[in-house]
Amino acid sequence: MHPAPSVIIFTVLSGLGFGFLAWLGLGLPAVTGWTAFFAYLIGFALAVGGLLSATFHLGNPQRSLLAFTQWRSSWLSREAWLSVLALVFMGIHGFAAVFFDITLAPIGVTGALLCVATVYATAMIYAQLVTVPRWNHWLTPLHLLSLSLAGGAILAGQGMGAILLLAIAGLIQSLYWIFGDRRFAERGHTMETATGLGDRGQVRLFEPPHTGTNYLLKEMVFTVGRKHAQKLRMIAFALNCVLPIVLIALLPASLPVVALAGIAFLIGTFASRWLFFAQAEHVVGLYYGKR
Amino acid sequence: MTQLPETTDKKLGLVIDLDTCVGCHACVTACKGWNTENYGAPLSDMDAYGKDPVGSFLNRIHSFEVQPEKGAAQTIHFPKSCLHCEDAPCVTVCPTGASYKRREDGIVLVNEDACIGCGLCAWACPYGARELDQAEGVMKKCTLCVDRIYNENLEEVDRVPACVRTCPAAARHFGDLGDPDSDVSRLVAERGGFDLMPEQGTKPVNKYLPPRPKDRLAEVSASSDTMQPVAETPKGFLRWLDKALEVL
Repeated sequence: MHPAPSVIIFTVLSGLGFGFLAWLGLGLPAVTGWTAFFAYLIGFALAVGGLLSATFHLGNPQRSLLAFTQWRSSWLSREAWLSVLALVFMGIHGFAAVFFDITLAPIGVTGALLCVATVYATAMIYAQLVTVPRWNHWLTPLHLLSLSLAGGAILAGQGMGAILLLAIAGLIQSLYWIFGDRRFAERGHTMETATGLGDRGQVRLFEPPHTGTNYLLKEMVFTVGRKHAQKLRMIAFALNCVLPIVLIALLPASLPVVALAGIAFLIGTFASRWLFFAQAEHVVGLYYGKR
Repeated sequence: MTQLPETTDKKLGLVIDLDTCVGCHACVTACKGWNTENYGAPLSDMDAYGKDPVGSFLNRIHSFEVQPEKGAAQTIHFPKSCLHCEDAPCVTVCPTGASYKRREDGIVLVNEDACIGCGLCAWACPYGARELDQAEGVMKKCTLCVDRIYNENLEEVDRVPACVRTCPAAARHFGDLGDPDSDVSRLVAERGGFDLMPEQGTKPVNKYLPPRPKDRLAEVSASSDTMQPVAETPKGFLRWLDKALEVL
């Protein structure tokens, strides 16, 4: 799948933002006043910035309000609802904390649950696609959710909690990679099943339908840069799991440490998310003799 | 609505004969022509006369080579367009309700006025049947020429999809695959029509007819009667040449 910058930025930033807001909603840390102002500013900037980035992916963003209509069947529509509800609840919670120094616990907890649900809905947009075997698995929502909550825990200064969640997220990320590499073959999709000609022999593409490229090849048969996948995995794992754990474990808890661990996590997660798209193989590639 | 209807009154679709398709791409051209001038946004081309031309098409012809374990390889031309699946995954993923399957005839359509161009339906389709038009930013797909098949302003013979009407080899057939007595259903039963990528669980309405087995080269080998030379001894000048050469 084409690793479009808008979608990578969207899933990484809003994932981190909603993860952070979830911790704030739970009152971990229970901030008020100016501290709360800056905490909520960062949380909202990440979450909303990510959502806005996603609209750059649309062909007709002026009609995006229609995306709220099909929540019964569409994960994308559910994500739209959940993200707005999460932002409204967390907005009320933040407003009370910043301007009235009060913590509205029930609203905060509801907001936190909505934040988690939003990230889950985002993950399900990918996990529901039977056409992309690597994504179509329960590890996909776990992968995106664990990274979101671990990143949020770094920003929330959760010390031990952050270390634990980072380790879990790193483990799930590795499992997602290892099992993901086998899944296309496991599902049994081949050029023979794609064409239905397997009973008479081995199928190969003799001539593609067009001499140039097309939307399908650009969007779904992205094969550039896969050769560096293993190196990128090491970089991603080192930066979004190992380094933040080391920083938080060894250095005294302070704002610069949080910032440093957060930046490392962000860069590592960008690399991980680039791979999430670039390594995902769509079955339509079989009609073009590619994966 | 992006929920699928439980059943449809008809299952209109295509039956594509891989035995007779000659790979001429006439259906591609006819489809592009009709669907650029009629229903919805035109099918645009970007950089049409430049270095990297790319355009939207609703129907594309692949050509495959099948190599059996024994014997010669076979070239099979393979037209591919929307299969109007019964369990169309492209419909349920749509967040706006732009993508829908019609209860009356089972045709899968896009309401372009409601399409935000997110591209998720194209991701959900295993067959590459949907392409996002780069000029309009809306999703384009085969409409089964919904503006032809019910169009009473056209001659009755023209009330079929443009690709079917134009095919010079009669490799494309249009009809109701939900009616077991229809011509297309009987054709599928007779020839053993099959689904593409059935393991995706999409239940395609369109069916493909397998290529018929080729004549075996072994049966008409040089040893068979029909391949014996009828005149062993040359006549005239060649007879003289033959004898002269033998003397030498």
